[in-house]
Amino acid sequence: MDEMVQEPAAIEEPVAGEAPVAEEIGTQDGGKKPPLSKEEKKIRRERVMRVIKPWLYLLPTLVVLAVFTVWPIINTVRMAFLADLRDVSAGGDPIGYDFLKDMGGMYNFEFTFQNFAYVVGYEGFLTALGNTMLLTVVTVPVSTMLALLIAVALNSIKPLRKVFQTIFFLPYVTNSIAIGMVFMAMFQMIGYSPASPPTSVGIVNTIIEAFGGTAINWVNEGSSYWANMSVLFFYIIWNALPFKILVLLGGLQGVNKQYYDAAKVDGASRVRIFWKITVPLLSPMIAYVVITGFIGGFKEYTSIVGIFGEKYMGPPGSMGKPLNTMVGLVYDSIKSNQGSASAAALILFVIIFVVTMLNLYVSKKKVHY
Amino acid sequence: MTDTNVAVENQDIPVQAPEETPPAKKSTAVDAISRKQLAVKILVQIALYTFLTLMAITVLFPFYWMLISSVKTQGEYEATIPTFWPQQFKWENYLYLFVNVPEDNVYIANEFNLGKLFLNTVLVGVVSTLLSLVLTVLSAYAFARLEFKGKNAVFAAMLATMMLPGELFTISNYVTVSGLGWLHDGMGVFTALVVPFLVSVFYIYLLRQNFMQIPNELYLAAKVDGTSDLKYLWKVMIPLSAPTLISITILKMMGAWNGYIWPNLVGQGVFELVTVGLRGAGFQNAAGDTLYPVQMAAIVLVTLPLLLVFIFLRKYIMHGVSRSGIKG
Repeated sequence: MDEMVQEPAAIEEPVAGEAPVAEEIGTQDGGKKPPLSKEEKKIRRERVMRVIKPWLYLLPTLVVLAVFTVWPIINTVRMAFLADLRDVSAGGDPIGYDFLKDMGGMYNFEFTFQNFAYVVGYEGFLTALGNTMLLTVVTVPVSTMLALLIAVALNSIKPLRKVFQTIFFLPYVTNSIAIGMVFMAMFQMIGYSPASPPTSVGIVNTIIEAFGGTAINWVNEGSSYWANMSVLFFYIIWNALPFKILVLLGGLQGVNKQYYDAAKVDGASRVRIFWKITVPLLSPMIAYVVITGFIGGFKEYTSIVGIFGEKYMGPPGSMGKPLNTMVGLVYDSIKSNQGSASAAALILFVIIFVVTMLNLYVSKKKVHY
Repeated sequence: MTDTNVAVENQDIPVQAPEETPPAKKSTAVDAISRKQLAVKILVQIALYTFLTLMAITVLFPFYWMLISSVKTQGEYEATIPTFWPQQFKWENYLYLFVNVPEDNVYIANEFNLGKLFLNTVLVGVVSTLLSLVLTVLSAYAFARLEFKGKNAVFAAMLATMMLPGELFTISNYVTVSGLGWLHDGMGVFTALVVPFLVSVFYIYLLRQNFMQIPNELYLAAKVDGTSDLKYLWKVMIPLSAPTLISITILKMMGAWNGYIWPNLVGQGVFELVTVGLRGAGFQNAAGDTLYPVQMAAIVLVTLPLLLVFIFLRKYIMHGVSRSGIKG
């Protein structure tokens, strides 16, 4: 602990942090009473160690981050704005595979908007954008409203509350591809082809028929876009509920009961209490689930893969991936054309950014803190 | 909107209850009011439980359907009127996932070997979790306990990367790992599945917060006793942050188990993880018929470990989830 005495001016924490290292160096140096020069060396080395040590702790993390997080940010922008190199890739490496080779002058770094033009002009772009928007705009409000009702209901009961809470959280811990396949099985007509009637209309249609409805071709060959979309809405909402319920219920449990007492004394109606007390008091949590919901909605992809499969991204036999989303668009070209994949990813990022900013702007005005 | 009414009505019941009972004995008029209130209260409770039960059935039904379908015979699965309980349990559906059964003309295990997929996934999950924990602990320690120039700037920059969507990284990372020649063999793909996701800024943040709650006096006392930094980290900080570390472990393992996009991109056909194998398999017998009950059995085996983990380690999952909103 000599070192601490020798350097009283130093900040407390680093000195404490460095002490053992300094000691080690001290013992390495040998002798109990080293000459002054050695002592000075020791102090100098100690100082160097103090600067270096935190970086040694961070080194593995920073290396991984540099290669797989920082470089991708630069590289994605770079690939998106580079000239469209699909012709070059036909003769050799796809764009970006060998950055050093690029540096060697193989490609010119001409900045263009070709990739963006290509993505926007691509026939599947509007489909993907439309599907993504539609899925988000429908599922976020519906799932938020439903989660709010469930959370309020859960907060108002005592017996069985834990059981219900556990049940409602279950979809969160499942594999969205696997359960998507179960949804496919539930909505599917079995043994169906456009030419012949199915051997079974499937469980969902059986339930619909039991309530007097008629069977619908939800997901089989030749099914309509809106039928497919309805299945996706249902699945995505089912999947989105647990997190929203968790957050909103947490918020409700923190609400001061006095507000409700006051409202009761004033004789406010239940609808009024809900809209004038519960919703405003929960508004920070509601804003949080809506904002994360929008971000998640714009990144929707695995739900569709789970139900319809990556190959068709639509009912079996369909052409042109009718249910593709923006993220799907990125992954479609990730192996063949990283330039347009990057451009599509940047477009998606800008959309998410703008929508999040809008959300924040609205919530700043509406949220009651 | 009836559910809304119902739900809110209930908020004030605990408050109301003590008020209504004592005066009820005094006059009949008050008695009538309180009886009316009691009736409303009961009706509201019935409505609440009905609503919650209906929602719970909707949530549970896919799990139930998956379970019963997985033990149905192909004939029963295709029956015109679906049965809600298997007439005959066909446990062989589960056997088909691990071995070929020539007498039933089923060779699904050739194409979809669940044992191998499980092994691959567990291997990736365990290795990436362990390495990731080491990196997370070291970084969180540096940010929580050590003083150095640029600490706050580095930490803020790391937090800022959390705002970017993962798709932005995936494209370039695919280019990087293929450029490094990691996509040709199983070992390379294994590396590609582990390394790019070793650092999670969110977990570092979570653990740093936890470390910072440990009083500095403990650290100084350990210093006086001549304990080295690493020993202090191992003997004091890690045990004290065990709940957070367990949460990170579970969420990371769940991530490996549920991962689809990246494993599908880098490992398809070479080194497949369980979700990729599940989605890609056809589950057909030698005659070319899709055996849906066998597919359901595979889904059950993929889903079950997650449900078990959830049931037994619920507390830790909630601990991580409620702070992140990140799935896996």
